[in-house]
Amino acid sequence: MKFDPTFRRVGVAFLSGLLLTASPVALLAETPADTLVVADAIDDIVSLDPAEAYEFSGLDLNNNTYDGLIEIDPATLGMVPGLAESWSVADDGMTYTFKMRPGVTFSSGNPLRAEDAAWSLQRVIKLNKTPAFILGQFGWTPENVDKMVTADGDTLTLKTDKAYAPTFLYNCLTAGVAEILDKETVSQHDNAGDMGNAWLNENSAGTGAYVLKSYKPKEGYLLEARKGHWRGDAKIAKVLMRHTPEAATQRLQIEKGDVDVARTLTPVDIEGLTGNKDVTLQHDVGGQLFYLAFNQKNENYKNQKFLDAMRWAIDYQGVADTIMKGTAIVHQSFLPQGYLGALDDQPYKLDVEKAKALVAESGIKDPTVTLSVRNSADRMDLAQSIQNTFGQAGIKVELKVGEGAEQLKEYRARLHDATLQTWGPDYPDPNTNSSTFAENPDNSDEAKNTGYLAWRNTYDPGDMKAKSQAAVMERDPDKRKAMYEEIEKEHRSTSPFILMLQQARNTALRSNVKGFYTGGAIDSAAYWLATK
Amino acid sequence: MEQTDDIGGNGRIWSLLREFGEAVATLLVTFIGLLAVTFIISRVVPIDPVTALIGERATAQQIATARAELHLDDPMIVQFGRYVWGVLHGDFGTSIKTGRPVIEEIARFFPATLELSTLATILGVLIGVPAGVLAATKPGSIADQFVRLVGLMGYSMPVFWLGLIGLLVFYGTLGWVGGPGRLDAGYDMMMDFDVTQYTGMILLDTALNGRWDMFANALSHIILPAGLLGYLSMAYISRMTRSFMMNELGQEYITTARVKGMPERRVVWVHAMKNALVPLITVIALSYAFLLEGAVLTETIFSWPGLGRYITDALLVADMPAVMGGTIVVGAVYIGLNLVSDLLYKLADPRART
Repeated sequence: MKFDPTFRRVGVAFLSGLLLTASPVALLAETPADTLVVADAIDDIVSLDPAEAYEFSGLDLNNNTYDGLIEIDPATLGMVPGLAESWSVADDGMTYTFKMRPGVTFSSGNPLRAEDAAWSLQRVIKLNKTPAFILGQFGWTPENVDKMVTADGDTLTLKTDKAYAPTFLYNCLTAGVAEILDKETVSQHDNAGDMGNAWLNENSAGTGAYVLKSYKPKEGYLLEARKGHWRGDAKIAKVLMRHTPEAATQRLQIEKGDVDVARTLTPVDIEGLTGNKDVTLQHDVGGQLFYLAFNQKNENYKNQKFLDAMRWAIDYQGVADTIMKGTAIVHQSFLPQGYLGALDDQPYKLDVEKAKALVAESGIKDPTVTLSVRNSADRMDLAQSIQNTFGQAGIKVELKVGEGAEQLKEYRARLHDATLQTWGPDYPDPNTNSSTFAENPDNSDEAKNTGYLAWRNTYDPGDMKAKSQAAVMERDPDKRKAMYEEIEKEHRSTSPFILMLQQARNTALRSNVKGFYTGGAIDSAAYWLATK
Repeated sequence: MEQTDDIGGNGRIWSLLREFGEAVATLLVTFIGLLAVTFIISRVVPIDPVTALIGERATAQQIATARAELHLDDPMIVQFGRYVWGVLHGDFGTSIKTGRPVIEEIARFFPATLELSTLATILGVLIGVPAGVLAATKPGSIADQFVRLVGLMGYSMPVFWLGLIGLLVFYGTLGWVGGPGRLDAGYDMMMDFDVTQYTGMILLDTALNGRWDMFANALSHIILPAGLLGYLSMAYISRMTRSFMMNELGQEYITTARVKGMPERRVVWVHAMKNALVPLITVIALSYAFLLEGAVLTETIFSWPGLGRYITDALLVADMPAVMGGTIVVGAVYIGLNLVSDLLYKLADPRART
């Protein structure tokens, strides 16, 4: 074939250009030695103000720029003193005194005072953003919080409206919403009475090991370690978070060494990375639970035999192994592993014959379940497995597939028949899940208690509600633990919920990265101990 | 004579003014229509922005406060009127999800798309036009078959798959190009602090700052996504070029030129190409506009913070100020490119100048 000379010239010029631009000379490839580069999907962030941040990625960031009065040790996940070096509760069970840790400074250089702690907690209640309910549970309102939360010298005093279990308050104080802010700095950035809310979306003002240098929504953020942190300086100078929504992309980057940590991998990616000597896979659990819920507006779901039949008609281990492939473990009670009182036993397994017999005993002829499921691959696979095993037990399952947001709207309006859902705890205390799964203040449609999963399923938990409310008041931690265990046992054998799985986290780290903690089910990521 | 000339001059001015007025009116009607359609769609989608914003455990009071803050309880026409009024005053609103002004966010995301699309279109034109001409001048030859096959592959292969395979081969295995994102991690950190950002387009900004190391790094990152989009663009442009050129090469004036002994190169590149260029401009403009609208999948795979991903992410959480801001930009891009292609018509085709 003979080419026109013009074509030849254009072709040669173009190929030269391509080769020049594709030259590997320009590539740095590896990450800077003083920086931990993390790939994660962080587009869930709504705000970085601790009083408003309520999403996983925002809480991860804030855990490194702020500290609370009480902290969770990232390595042991046990409770340890934070900005309060000690605390006590009065005999009335309603007055708590915290002694502030001396010598702590904010990133601005301002010293930490009890006044800062009081102002930060008062601010949460006054701003009344979504996570405010965590502190509002102690009877704090915008009207009374200045009297309930007070500072005097180096002492912070918290009053509660009832004598709650002390562990309840302590656990709630480890939540992100209770992080302490630099009052002087934040107050200087008040905009139209927002108490610095807008400014805190782009800046940090805490005592944490890192300072927020830049944050670009849906792109990433950069943290820089500060000198003289009260816990000891962070081991790595900078943390660069790169928003990487696609898991396959994260996998390629960790394989190439372009990132040090990849946090949102799919089962396929985890399988692909297994055996790679340059990459270490770190496994732990998250707090999210996968469950089936049945709306008791359908009388069939009040039939205990039928509910039992369904509990024995699920291949729990099979779905964990073959569908979730390491991204979930079997878990059959409403408190996630890691929580006070969580039950880790597995009383149910797939037993088709038993399920069939229970369906027959229930007296329900040709039962049909309409299962709402969101249209993501893992949910669909999970639902199809349930459809299959329920079918073997004589229960017909019709799948109603839809968008996640659409399904959530239907669920909150009690319009579903049955639904496959997930639930993540709001704060690191058992009451977070006990109150939603086992309490329902008013079961009427008009009540619109959408925050209670029991209400969404028209489920009246009976005396379980009183038991749950008693557990949150129990001052003896061991007794409190036993109370939750009892509630969970009753709940999983009588309620219209079937808890199936708990989220497992798989974090891929370059093999030189050590000391990276995700926070497990009860806390957020800690970067300050990481080394590389 | 003088009087006649005056009348003629006034007539031309009036004619120009009328044309200008019509263009402005069309522009306004198009924008308002675009906004109205997007606005209505935003209100019928079954996603509650309040739930998306404040979570599942929000109390009734918090939901009510959020709805009031977002003016969601006002009549739809009032909400729409308020929005249009804001836009006319340069206020695109605040993103519900991030709490930042939409105009600021678009100013951050659009340059990334503009940079990627422009490079992709340049690659698409540089390869697509010669390939189409080659195929048209040698119909049925191996070269023609090859161009058609490559074009067909560009049409039929899913961009998501192509992108991942491209990354796996050129980044993962061969290491010839940079990975996802616009820069390597080290340079990424420097970008905000060490480089004055004039345009938001990294290639341009690093060049203007004389940071050639960063320029080279940015180029290594953009070449693969731009090459991928350029390939898709090329597939379209080469097929259309082939078709336009074959049409022109069959015309009598081409035969006449050949009979007169004109060199084949001149026949093809000057005579035939000049006439094929008129419809080709539309094809290139449309292809460019399509890329500027945002290649969502490509942007997702390559972690490219572009406009397509911005609008899609916003749509999924019903962040309507962000969606509508993005839509206005896309609308402006289409209208702008239409005007440019009209102008180029007139340059390419003397008949259109009257």
